[in-house]
Amino acid sequence: MVEALLERGAPLLELQGVEKSFGPVRALDGIDLTIQAGKVTALCGDNGAGKSVTIKIISGIVPADAGEIVWRGRPVRIHTPRDAAALGIATVYQDLALCDNLDIVQNMFLGRETVRAAVLSEAPMEIAARRTLADLHVTTVRSIRQPVASLSGGQRQSVAVARAVLWNSQLMILDEPTAALGVSQTAMVLELVRRLAEQGYAVLIVSHNLNDVFEVADRIAVLHLGQMVAQGDVGQFDRQSVVELMTTGALVRNGAPPPGGPVLDGSRED
Amino acid sequence: MSVRQPPLEGERRTAVPGGDEARPAALVPAAGSGGDSADAALLAAPEVVAQSLADYVVAWWRRVRGGESGMLPVLAGMIAIVVIFQAQNSLFLSAGNLVNLLIQAAVFVLLGVGEVFVLLLGEIDLSVGFAAGIGGGLMAALVAPPFNAPWWAAILAALVGNMVMGLVLGTLVTRLRLPSFIVTLAALIGFEGLMIWMFDSLSVAVGGVITVSNRYILDLVSGTLSPAASWIVMVALVVAFGALTFYRDARRRSSGLVAPPWGVSALKVGLAAVAGVVLVLICNTNRGIHSATLHTTVEGVPWAIPIIFAVMLGASFLLARTRFGRYVYAIGGNAEAARRAGVDLVLIRTVAFGLTGLLAGMAGIIYTSWLGSIATDIDGGDYVLYAVAAAVIGGTSLFGGRGKPLHALLGGVVIAAIANGLALLGASAAATYMVTALVLLAAITVDSIARRGQGAGARAKV
Repeated sequence: MVEALLERGAPLLELQGVEKSFGPVRALDGIDLTIQAGKVTALCGDNGAGKSVTIKIISGIVPADAGEIVWRGRPVRIHTPRDAAALGIATVYQDLALCDNLDIVQNMFLGRETVRAAVLSEAPMEIAARRTLADLHVTTVRSIRQPVASLSGGQRQSVAVARAVLWNSQLMILDEPTAALGVSQTAMVLELVRRLAEQGYAVLIVSHNLNDVFEVADRIAVLHLGQMVAQGDVGQFDRQSVVELMTTGALVRNGAPPPGGPVLDGSRED
Repeated sequence: MSVRQPPLEGERRTAVPGGDEARPAALVPAAGSGGDSADAALLAAPEVVAQSLADYVVAWWRRVRGGESGMLPVLAGMIAIVVIFQAQNSLFLSAGNLVNLLIQAAVFVLLGVGEVFVLLLGEIDLSVGFAAGIGGGLMAALVAPPFNAPWWAAILAALVGNMVMGLVLGTLVTRLRLPSFIVTLAALIGFEGLMIWMFDSLSVAVGGVITVSNRYILDLVSGTLSPAASWIVMVALVVAFGALTFYRDARRRSSGLVAPPWGVSALKVGLAAVAGVVLVLICNTNRGIHSATLHTTVEGVPWAIPIIFAVMLGASFLLARTRFGRYVYAIGGNAEAARRAGVDLVLIRTVAFGLTGLLAGMAGIIYTSWLGSIATDIDGGDYVLYAVAAAVIGGTSLFGGRGKPLHALLGGVVIAAIANGLALLGASAAATYMVTALVLLAAITVDSIARRGQGAGARAKV
């Protein structure tokens, strides 16, 4: 049931010409997006650019109106969050969806507890949770039996991510993972994101914070008013160009074509 | 305090200035993580962070000071109550009165344990008092003519009936998404009407009273184990508890997991043994009447006590060791998180209301057995409030996610002790009500201050 992770750089998920309208409002106007295994893709865009809708389509919360979603080379349909989870797509939302009164192990296994003869068997769960956290180098927690309420913001984020890893997710979508965090907590989360990519997971990170984006991303995709205006390796961008793309949808500086060439296709430039 | 510090550190430092001064070594990153864990240990259970008995005590005390006082306030309160009443009337601690007190507490405890299930979800059930009346009445009517049902069938029918009533309430709350406060408030009124109607239409009810003459049902409370059997059962239970505790610790250690230090487990088993011995010594004291003309012998553990014990064991097991219990806590903690994790909120909530109903039925049966009859003048309204009070005094939160059946046991005994002690002093009903109210207020104040302390800690960490 669980497929092995793809090799680094192989396209894991591709959106092709995905469209979405809410009534008369065109939220996504035929976007293409490639997410590669083992790489961190940052999705950038101003408010209303279509970042949230893109995430919601990938995680099955809203269905796309048109376009193709390709997972590991075959077209798939994602209609419900369950479809997304079955493929191996996990979304870690800002509010994290953890139960404060439960401990780390209980949160990581919530909904999928190991039972023997209807009795919870804590030991195997604790061992698996500990191994997953160790793999991700989440070592700052004193005990995995402490309630989540006692954790810092970064640690909570780590638990939410570890939960996704534990359940064999291949693509982690992190929605503004550092928005509520201080400097050192942010560093901790970004380090975790890097480690996920190194271990072969694909990460799609949505962030307003360009410092974070340039620190952690391998690839950058920029949305502007429902269109994918640029997409490519991080080396092809600098801070200035990303800001220009986010705010105007084009590079005005020196007339050079934006990175990721084919994405900003001529048909949409007029 | 550089940014290279472990993340938690920087945040905590600013939040808790002065915390470092006590540990200058914590400025070194390596030792800094030690300081980090000391802070985190504030909220972690002492069992999981302690390496030895001494560690355990230190961790426990730190947790108490951090606002996680657990059952400490209720235990302190209980000692205060005992000292006060014993000073006023030396009969309070007599064997006969203590057994009487425990039996009085039984109804509060059963209703309180039922209430814990719904309180953990952040819901409430106000109907349990009259639900108990209906259950007791149903059982009493079934063993009497014209039905003449066997005692066990009558009990079973009452329990099933009450459970169905609870499930109906749960269905209304979950399916129609009505607030449980209002649904069960309606049931509080409606069940009283249903109870009166039931008694009115039964020929065995004379003037709204059904008297029970079935020996077995009366023995649920007034029957006793023989003194020898009391000892045997107590020793067997303590040995089983000890064996299970040490077996579980050993298995955790052999799997490479953290287990409570040996001393802590030994202390727990030792305390259980002491409690068991004291209980049996009290119950085995002859509490019969000794006068010039009359000598009766009443000794041994009343059946009500093992019944309560079994209920506590069952409820605790269900909440702590099964998926159902885990989901109850999860829903009480963060219902949205539970939903996203695939927990069936409707099912879990409905079943919890069913269990509350079941326990209300048990309370009704014990109540009827205790009084030898059941009447329509049962104080269903008072009982439900005492049930909620028992759970809250013991430490269960009204806001969901925090609590245990044990809390209802302690709270129920405290409430019974107040009623019993004031009655011994010849206090009026007015005084009893007011003192109970003050104890409830004190309990909720402690709870609220504790929670505020935690909240401050949580904010400091974000």
